[in-house]
Amino acid sequence: MSRLTVDIREKRLAGRLVLGAVAFTVEAHEVVALVGPSGCGKSTLLRLVAGLDRDLTGTVRWSGAAPRLGMVFQQPRLLPWRTVRQNLTIAGAGLEEGDRLLDRMGLADKADVWASQLSLGMARRLALARALAVDAQALLLDEPLASLDEGNQRLARVILREYWLRRPVPTLLVTHDLAEAVALAHRVLVLSPGPARLLFDHPVPDGARTDAALAARTVSALRELAAMPR
Amino acid sequence: MGDQRPWIVRALSILVLLLLWEGAGRLAANPLAPPASVVLAAMAREVASGALPHHVGITLARVAASFTLAMALGTALGLAMGWWRTVDLWLDSALLLLLNLPALVLIVLLYVWFGLTEAAAITAVALNKLPTTAVTVREGVRALDDELLEMGRAYRLGRWATLRHVILPQLHPYLFAATRSGLSLIWKIVLVVELLGRSDGVGFQIQVYFQLFDVTHILAYALAFILIVQVLEWAILQPLERRFVRWRVGPDHARRRQ
Repeated sequence: MSRLTVDIREKRLAGRLVLGAVAFTVEAHEVVALVGPSGCGKSTLLRLVAGLDRDLTGTVRWSGAAPRLGMVFQQPRLLPWRTVRQNLTIAGAGLEEGDRLLDRMGLADKADVWASQLSLGMARRLALARALAVDAQALLLDEPLASLDEGNQRLARVILREYWLRRPVPTLLVTHDLAEAVALAHRVLVLSPGPARLLFDHPVPDGARTDAALAARTVSALRELAAMPR
Repeated sequence: MGDQRPWIVRALSILVLLLLWEGAGRLAANPLAPPASVVLAAMAREVASGALPHHVGITLARVAASFTLAMALGTALGLAMGWWRTVDLWLDSALLLLLNLPALVLIVLLYVWFGLTEAAAITAVALNKLPTTAVTVREGVRALDDELLEMGRAYRLGRWATLRHVILPQLHPYLFAATRSGLSLIWKIVLVVELLGRSDGVGFQIQVYFQLFDVTHILAYALAFILIVQVLEWAILQPLERRFVRWRVGPDHARRRQ
């Protein structure tokens, strides 16, 4: 597995500054959450890391070859003219692993339905299943739990944790929800309102994933840190 | 099923047209404006003698050859022009020239340069259709969804898979539009090409009967050809198009199927 080093000095889109100084690393087995207000440039950052946009001042580097990515975008970005199952296999999932994930996500009965017929919640679950089914060497997840109802959010968290236990891959998880970040990540990076700068980089105590009280304390500590004037 | 009603309406509208024609023809009582029954009888005689199947068959083969050529090259050109701005800049003026060159001029020039040959005939027809196909496909490429293309890059879909699963499904409406307008354009131009420089095919027959002022046979051949093109539309094009839009759901689709 490879290690990710991000050292962005600035990123402009059509001349406008959308990202300021953001530097961090993601170790080979690490899940890092990126938290910041909406519109602060988190998705732009993810596109830079994915190599979908290479126009920046600074560097984005993987140790070793660029990894095969499992990516969740802010929009599901499914192929509406292909079936649910084909959306997984076309992206590179094996048939068996694809069907296993459809089953886990509660989409087994939709396998042969056109992706155009899914509701938004189902489409988002399929987008997450796609990222997890392709035997990825790194995960880039842009709000993977957004627009899911509470039950499905819980389910998706369980599936993600299982995934990282079986396949510890470097993961960047974009979210605007500190509780979600603490529940899933090893470290939380908090970004300022756009153009985003990195405000601080805070570890999540190991126990926070199982101990609800510790998780709540961590969230409020992070919230205080984020609110501090600087 | 509501599906059957359009067929009844279609059949009735054709029947009404035939009746109007028959009535007008009988009223005119002039060999230069024959009624439907006379034309249909002539058509039946030509079919029985084998002349009509022979000439229609040859014309259809020419239509098929030039259509395939024009669609294949036009689509490739349109894809390249839509995708790469440089290619577009280089080829746009040439395309515009070809688009505005009268069909007749192109046909005459090719016959002059390459002789009254089959290759010249088919090339002339194909070159007439090629620019509109290229322009239509170029529009389609410009309208492609960038977010889906980016998804394809993130998942490293590769050229072929991206073309097949991401790009072509978005181009289907444009390709069908090009096919439709292409077939109707091509079969009209094929007749002109045959009239000017071939010794068989529907266009040649029409020239022969034109010299004899035999309107009945001119109409018989034209009608036979229209019928065949319509059958192509109903038997191949429409089922194919339905197949490609099966995935569409929503109010828009429901309205179309009424």
